[in-house]
Amino acid sequence: MDLIFDGIGQAIVLLCTLDPETVRITLLSLQVSGAATLVSLFIGMGAGISLALADFRGKSLLVSLINTGMGLPPVVVGLFVTIFLWRNGPLGFLEMLYTPGAIILAQAVIATPIVAGITVAAIQNLPRNLRLQILALGATRIQMILLLIREARLPLLAAVMAGFGGVISEVGASIMVGGNIKGYTRVLTTATVMETSKGNFDIAIALGIILLALTFAVNYILTHIQQHDRPR
Amino acid sequence: MNSEQILLEVKHIEVRRGGVRVLEVPQFSLRQGEVVCLVGPNGSGKSTLLLTLCCLLERQAGALLFKSLPVAGRRSILEFRRSTATVFQEPLLFDTTVYDNVASGLKIRGLSRQEIRLRVEQNLDRFRIGHLAGRAARKLSGGEAQRASLARALATEPEILFLDEPFSALDPPTREALLDDLEGIFRDTGIAVVMASHDQAEALRLADTMAVMRQGRLAQVGAPADVMNFPADEFVASFVGMGTVLKGRVLQTEQDTVQVAIGDKIIECVGQAAAGRQVILCVRPENVTLALPGCHDGDSARNHFSGTIARIIPMGHFLKVELDCGFFLSTHITHHSREALGLAEGSAVAASFKATAVHMIPHA
Repeated sequence: MDLIFDGIGQAIVLLCTLDPETVRITLLSLQVSGAATLVSLFIGMGAGISLALADFRGKSLLVSLINTGMGLPPVVVGLFVTIFLWRNGPLGFLEMLYTPGAIILAQAVIATPIVAGITVAAIQNLPRNLRLQILALGATRIQMILLLIREARLPLLAAVMAGFGGVISEVGASIMVGGNIKGYTRVLTTATVMETSKGNFDIAIALGIILLALTFAVNYILTHIQQHDRPR
Repeated sequence: MNSEQILLEVKHIEVRRGGVRVLEVPQFSLRQGEVVCLVGPNGSGKSTLLLTLCCLLERQAGALLFKSLPVAGRRSILEFRRSTATVFQEPLLFDTTVYDNVASGLKIRGLSRQEIRLRVEQNLDRFRIGHLAGRAARKLSGGEAQRASLARALATEPEILFLDEPFSALDPPTREALLDDLEGIFRDTGIAVVMASHDQAEALRLADTMAVMRQGRLAQVGAPADVMNFPADEFVASFVGMGTVLKGRVLQTEQDTVQVAIGDKIIECVGQAAAGRQVILCVRPENVTLALPGCHDGDSARNHFSGTIARIIPMGHFLKVELDCGFFLSTHITHHSREALGLAEGSAVAASFKATAVHMIPHA
């Protein structure tokens, strides 16, 4: 039990003294996962909306594929992104492997199907005639899409939360494509794995608390917006 | 009809779904200030025609002219939609306040803030929902929500208003109140309206023109009184509530009175028809009089039949009586008459109706 209490005590000291290494790791985690979520929002929402509005053969197959993608194992993504970015891989010329950019890429691949899947469901859940009603009000196609997004904003916020929550806590892909290089590609999850394996439980616990606090904070803010946005 | 008055006209439009033709209308037009009511049973194509007219449903063939100019292509369709407004059966309000909902069509058109406020307030008042302006649209009752939806449509000051069964989800008192208000608004604004409805009472009340639809075609278009009293065919007759619809064969015409054989009975009606011709006779239930057997001497009615009462159906303020006179005949009587004559199912009665009360339709 001492191990745990000592660890927690040490962790609190690290947090209170704003240990520079811990701060740097935290900021990089936020930047990388934030950027990946942003990328996945553009691609995932764009794809999700066009898919929800389109009508073609094989649509349900595509939607099932995306829904399957919502549960992509991060290590599999890490494996394929590594292969693509490998020196003689298809994207080797970018020389991106073991950079923060590689982590962003891998995390975006993980988050995009999550965002796309929730977006398709959110748009398809709107009343069927709402689209016609918006067009009847004289909206252009772009105005219609913006109004649909506004109508589905609550489930779409859930998509943001799910996407961000998925990538900030994943470790497999980050460690494979980022390499956990100190001061460069070391993020909260990869650092926790490393410190735990080295037996530095105090640092590992401190990182774990930060990770939990971050996930909580982001979700709390988004939930707050969701709950208070409704007019009453 | 002056062609300059025609606001909207369609020619030879067709809509196909999955290779099946679901709508075929050779010609239909809407004049300035005219209220047209599309009626018909479920699946008759009312909504399909309505959505095709407001360019929300793609047509596979035919032309749509707005003020004599063809509406085709993205730009002219957008312009056309901005000159019209559509209200659906569900209110389909946005998840925001009532005020913002009524303002939405105006925001889409990029109007100035002051102009928007002016028009929104005017239309909130017009539909008596000014006190709900700040309320969340999701929290409105059915009637309030449909009023907000109508206010949103009229705020854009459309030249044509399309209504797709806007009252069918409302309870009767709410519907009555809304119908009252709409009647006034139609009269005051002189707006042209196309409304789909399965309720003929709505059509009779609001419409200048009634269009009866059947299987994706217009079965009859005309003034409501004409359609109700002179249905073009058997289908329209039974749809508009001609209580008795009988098939028969013309025996002879004499001094503008036609004798038609219905089985072994003969019904007289007014008109001209060649002997041997197949016809359909319609008699409104309110035009058939009942009496006790043997007491209708000396009235002017040309048709007298004795029969028995097959069924008495309560209809609220009155009773519907179905008679077997060798053919089926339907009539309406008051509770009072029933008591006075002591009528019951199985009673023998004498039924009479005038030859002028019979509407004759040539049968194809």
